[in-house]
Amino acid sequence: MFSFILKKIAVILPTFLGVTLIAFTFIRLLPGDPVLLMAGERGMSEERHAALMAEFGFDRPILVQYGSYLKDLFGGDFGTSIITKKPVFEEFMALFPATVELSLCAIFLAVFIGLPAGMIAAVKRGSAFDHVVMTGALTGYSMPIFWWGLLLIIMFSGILGWTPVSGRISLLYFFDSVTGFMLIDSLLSGEKGAFTSALSHLILPSIVLGTIPLAVIARQTRSAMLEVLGEDYVRTARAKGLSPKRVIGLHALRNAMIPVITVIGLQVGVLFAGAILTETIFSWPGIGKWMVDSISRRDYPSVQGGLILIAMIVMIVNLIVDLLYGLINPRIRHTE
Amino acid sequence: MKPMTKKLLAAFCGASMLAIGAAASVQAAKTLVYCSEGSPEGFNPAFYTAGTTFDASSRQIFNKLVEFKRGTTEIAPALAEKWSVSDDGLEYTFYLRKGVKFHTTKEFAPSRDFNADDVVFSFKRQLVKDHPFHKVSSPSYEYFEAMSMPDLLKDIVKVDDYTVKFMLNRPEAPMIANLAMDFASIFSSEYADKMMAAGTPEVIDQKPVGTGPFQLVDYKKDAAIRFMAHPDYWAGKAAIDNLIFAITPDASVRYQKLKANECQVMPYPNPADLKAMAADPDINLLEQEGLNVGYLAYNTMVAPFDNPKVRKALNMAINKEAILDAVFQGAGKVAKNPIPPTIWSYNDAVTDDPYDPEAAKKMLAAEGVTGLKMKVWAMPVQRPYNPNARRMAELIQADFAKIGVDTEIVSYEWGEYLKRSKDKDRDGAVLLGWTGDNGDPDNFLAVLLGCDAVGGSNRANFCYKPFEDLIQKAKVVSDPAERTKLYQDAQVVFKEQAPWATIAHSVVFKPVRKEVVDFKIDPFGGHIFYGVDLK
Repeated sequence: MFSFILKKIAVILPTFLGVTLIAFTFIRLLPGDPVLLMAGERGMSEERHAALMAEFGFDRPILVQYGSYLKDLFGGDFGTSIITKKPVFEEFMALFPATVELSLCAIFLAVFIGLPAGMIAAVKRGSAFDHVVMTGALTGYSMPIFWWGLLLIIMFSGILGWTPVSGRISLLYFFDSVTGFMLIDSLLSGEKGAFTSALSHLILPSIVLGTIPLAVIARQTRSAMLEVLGEDYVRTARAKGLSPKRVIGLHALRNAMIPVITVIGLQVGVLFAGAILTETIFSWPGIGKWMVDSISRRDYPSVQGGLILIAMIVMIVNLIVDLLYGLINPRIRHTE
Repeated sequence: MKPMTKKLLAAFCGASMLAIGAAASVQAAKTLVYCSEGSPEGFNPAFYTAGTTFDASSRQIFNKLVEFKRGTTEIAPALAEKWSVSDDGLEYTFYLRKGVKFHTTKEFAPSRDFNADDVVFSFKRQLVKDHPFHKVSSPSYEYFEAMSMPDLLKDIVKVDDYTVKFMLNRPEAPMIANLAMDFASIFSSEYADKMMAAGTPEVIDQKPVGTGPFQLVDYKKDAAIRFMAHPDYWAGKAAIDNLIFAITPDASVRYQKLKANECQVMPYPNPADLKAMAADPDINLLEQEGLNVGYLAYNTMVAPFDNPKVRKALNMAINKEAILDAVFQGAGKVAKNPIPPTIWSYNDAVTDDPYDPEAAKKMLAAEGVTGLKMKVWAMPVQRPYNPNARRMAELIQADFAKIGVDTEIVSYEWGEYLKRSKDKDRDGAVLLGWTGDNGDPDNFLAVLLGCDAVGGSNRANFCYKPFEDLIQKAKVVSDPAERTKLYQDAQVVFKEQAPWATIAHSVVFKPVRKEVVDFKIDPFGGHIFYGVDLK
């Protein structure tokens, strides 16, 4: 198992270097530069533009810039935003818990509903339930997030008044952030009603962000289960007289879980991407909105630092998924 | 539905209802929530040019020597009680207000009142390149540069504790208006000294201390900014105790929050929501013409656009009313002058070019222009003065086709667009616009149409002596009546020469809840909450 882990980590290092190169290059390939955008319609003289570019260090040869960026990065320095003048790591860490909290709730919702729905649909293949689940999954998968979010807000917040419109907690609660996770901080604050306020603010964004992963997980579980249910060992288990619950729950589900876990792992990246829109609609102060703003302002250090940090997190999640495969199916870790 | 699912649903709904109820019960005394459109870039207004940043900093936390009277472009005394200008227009002496207190915060307890040192510090930081604070936090002071302050200011001298003198290199009539702008916010030099001594000079830009009506309590990026009323504010404590900016980037969501009374004031509504807002009994939909102009600038250096008659003919082919309907959806007014009607010296006697494609066709033929092919540049971004440049360009393309002009629409990324559109040999007419900075006509006429700005912000590359003489004279004359006359004459010359097709001034809509008392639309697009109350 140890060598299995080492092999996986060995793959991560070149991936990390690749990501630094992509993060560094792509933002510079976009037309326009941060100084030009800063000046806007007012414009500035060529000399002043050159002076500011030099001040930010953007006038140096591109390889020199990349080298000094890598050097800083390996020294643990993710750079300083040229707009807010704050360290990128500090800004990222202030916003990241909000994205994690939302993503966890969304993935929890997706797994909690998607997994059993897909399983039942497979077992009752061709039934009305199967058709409803698959049609629902297809609809969910094709749903434009922006439209879906606004629809839910208008329905549940505007017309019914059941949920708050946006934000993480009612603004009337004001306490220091300890963990950055609003559900935990609201409990720690001891303020009456704070936790329920934080929870109620999570409902709609979790549904919106969880919709696509839910659809994907339900479909993947169904097809994996259908494949496994046709295998010889399942027939054998049935022939041996095992109860259907035991056949499905133990023999079939465990083997069907491998592709499903892959999909859940991949959904983490999808969640971060989906979070950009969800965070904008629900005024959720997470990293998605921050990244979009940084790109549109050509805030090179923020975009680079943000991409690296997100890539690192996705890589770690994928490593965990790989390790989970090994646990679920020992053949994987032996053959690799 | 199975009992378990029902229970879960009930728990979710219960939780949200409880939260709403609990929040209502914690309702604080007088808290106004403003659904702002974005996070500020920082809290030092001198570094930035965005209105969102000014709303969160200069317009609540700081004061300037002079300020615009709320809801107008008129100048009023603020930290300076009065001022005088030398006969040659080269010396401005400001007599400062006494007894003005700075905010007391966790980081700083002021030991003295505001005085001349603070004024000198705030300006010299931006002016003097080797000032110890010049490069702290940021090397760029965009508005200070854009208003040509480094060339204009010779020195700023403390005469005594309550008198400051600004020495200029040349007379500049809009100087007082410039000092009412956000970059001219006054910081505490005592706070700066303390932070420098502590080795953390950048703190003065992150945890601002000003003399303004509200002081910063807390800021959570992309979530909320909290302010409290400055208890010792020199003009009297604000009527509201707490001011909260709930950062809500999406306009439709802002509207839903306003309807649910989660906030009481919101900016930038969707044009599509205006009808419903006007009909809502809980909402007052305030309306005012914006301090801006959207235009199509011809390149007057390139034939045949160097001929005013050709430009005039093209202007007559544009159906502006159709543009207002399709692009502004009613939230705009036809522009006939290069300055908006809310600016003093607006010349209402000027008549706009009539929409007359037939006459335009004949005029082009008379000038020997046939089979004209041209480009129209469409901005890739939305601006109040042009909410949809692509659509506008398409309408202009269709209008020009009617007089036999073949038009190609081009566009670039915003930074590139701004850069390339400045080229003197640019091919084509550019859609762009301008929002006023200081309410002075010079800020439109000289910045956008003056000879100095050719190859820069003068996208028409228009340099016409009779016009230039008028605006240059108006820059150095201090008599307001005489300046007004000069600018009015300049507008007549502009109309004759037609370097632009003036298209529209936007109309600003501001939905506020009925509970909000005395909120005024700021012509500069800002949101000022001092003077606002809640029923």
